[in-house]
Amino acid sequence: MSAPRSRRPGLLPMILATIAAAIWVLPYAWMVVTSLKPLDEIAQDPTAPFPKHPQLGAYREVFELVPVWRYLLVSVAVAVAIGVLQLALALPAGYALAKLRFVGKKTAFALVVACLLVPAQVTFVSVFLMFSKLSLTNTFSALVLPFAASALGTFLVRQALLSVPDEIIEAARLDGASELTIIYRILAPLLRPTLVSVFLVSFVFHYSDYFWPLVMTTDDTVRTLPLGIALLKEPGSGVRWHVVMAGNVILSVPVLVLFAIAQKHLVRGVAGRA
Amino acid sequence: MRPRAPIHPWLMLGPSLAAWTLFVFLPLGLAAYESLFAWDMLTDPVYVGTANYAAIAESGELWRILGRTLGFSVLVVTGSMTLGLALALLLDRPGRFFAFVRGAIFSAYVVSWVAVALLWVLLLDPDRGVAAAALRALHLPRVGFLTDPHAALVTLAGVTVWKITGYAMVVFLAGLRAVPQSLHEAASLDGANAVARFRWVTWPLLKPTAAFVATTSLIVSFQAFDVVRIMTGGGPARATTLFVYAIYEQVFMNLSVGRASALAVVYFVVLCLLAALQLRAWRSQTVGRRA
Repeated sequence: MSAPRSRRPGLLPMILATIAAAIWVLPYAWMVVTSLKPLDEIAQDPTAPFPKHPQLGAYREVFELVPVWRYLLVSVAVAVAIGVLQLALALPAGYALAKLRFVGKKTAFALVVACLLVPAQVTFVSVFLMFSKLSLTNTFSALVLPFAASALGTFLVRQALLSVPDEIIEAARLDGASELTIIYRILAPLLRPTLVSVFLVSFVFHYSDYFWPLVMTTDDTVRTLPLGIALLKEPGSGVRWHVVMAGNVILSVPVLVLFAIAQKHLVRGVAGRA
Repeated sequence: MRPRAPIHPWLMLGPSLAAWTLFVFLPLGLAAYESLFAWDMLTDPVYVGTANYAAIAESGELWRILGRTLGFSVLVVTGSMTLGLALALLLDRPGRFFAFVRGAIFSAYVVSWVAVALLWVLLLDPDRGVAAAALRALHLPRVGFLTDPHAALVTLAGVTVWKITGYAMVVFLAGLRAVPQSLHEAASLDGANAVARFRWVTWPLLKPTAAFVATTSLIVSFQAFDVVRIMTGGGPARATTLFVYAIYEQVFMNLSVGRASALAVVYFVVLCLLAALQLRAWRSQTVGRRA
């Protein structure tokens, strides 16, 4: 996010921006502060701005209550599998829609746009019934396969391919390259920025997703980290806010690190100008 | 370009089309079919015609859910757009500090809904929360942010605004940067102050972006579920039972597949109407970009 304007900021913008920063940063700070407080401090003075005796006990407790590493592994594996599948399927589909002439192309494109408009929230009841009939709830497949084809990803790959000149493809064909080679070996590297954005946006979304794993899992087999952390605050947990917030920190840190590294790509992906 | 073989395009689209058929189109058809049965997933389904639709409409539940969800969406869309535009204008300035603030606001959009929802349950806790402490310090009456039926929906909308304003801001920033600097300079030379420049230069060029943000955040707000499930469980007194949560509740708590499917079908029809709005916004945006 670079800013093109060159005027020096005045005092008022600085003050307003500081207020905005406080509104968005202080809640995170509170999450960390609370996670470092011992239980008795939370019970006695829950709004004290700093812990008197900061301690990491809450984190130890999260690791005891929740198999953090396993849930994290499942979350990352699901998100990576979805991202990889989406790219693998979106590339040939986007290529056909952007570059090839064939009967039925308009219909195919209309189907992609139609899928763009049907969120998982509409279909989850039926998909859940399908998977439970096949005894596939609580499996990796139930978490990954429904998202294998991304309408948005296909759409963005198609848009990006429209600006790649046909001559590149014609030259490759003359050299005897197969269509698969053209798609995955020649065009994919040219689309790198788009593919990185599509992958990252998809990864962040599915890593954090709560809705789909909640619906598709009933036991521990493929539970993801957001579900495991949300379970820390089920009825009966009382005032153990330091543990819940420690879980929150553990859940958020991977995404925030990724965000710090790849902010530019995420912003481009999200702003729809990939 | 001509495909090397007529079958090639369909082979390339095949895997995607198969996945969409299986996980989008077939489930849509199944939902419409299931909505005609009474089924509790334990005994055999019984054909009931349109009784499921009649039941949710006549009890008034459907209209309450729809009204609540629309009200929630209006709050979220106006809130996040106004704030997002204001922040984009404020933070579209050079320097590391402004870049940091932009990043901080956008980061909330990236972080898990679970983390955001849990965090705000703590911040808004009537006894332990910072918000309650602030009210006490200012000698203001106690507010049950999540326990008062009149406040809870507004609270959830507020948390959602906090979460997605970064999205609106980022899209508006991209829109602002597409406004040619020369137009601003020309307007300045003509004696236009900052307000006039916004009114006559920036805003007209930003309108298509605004339409785009409005419809995408409308659809996002219509999908709200995590905040409801984690922060209120649809309560108090069903004040925060939004559409998706209502469908979820019908299947997983009432074990009523038929009612859930009927709700899902209505939800889909409403989404289609909203999508028609979105398509129009997309169109005006592409026209705007060419202009």
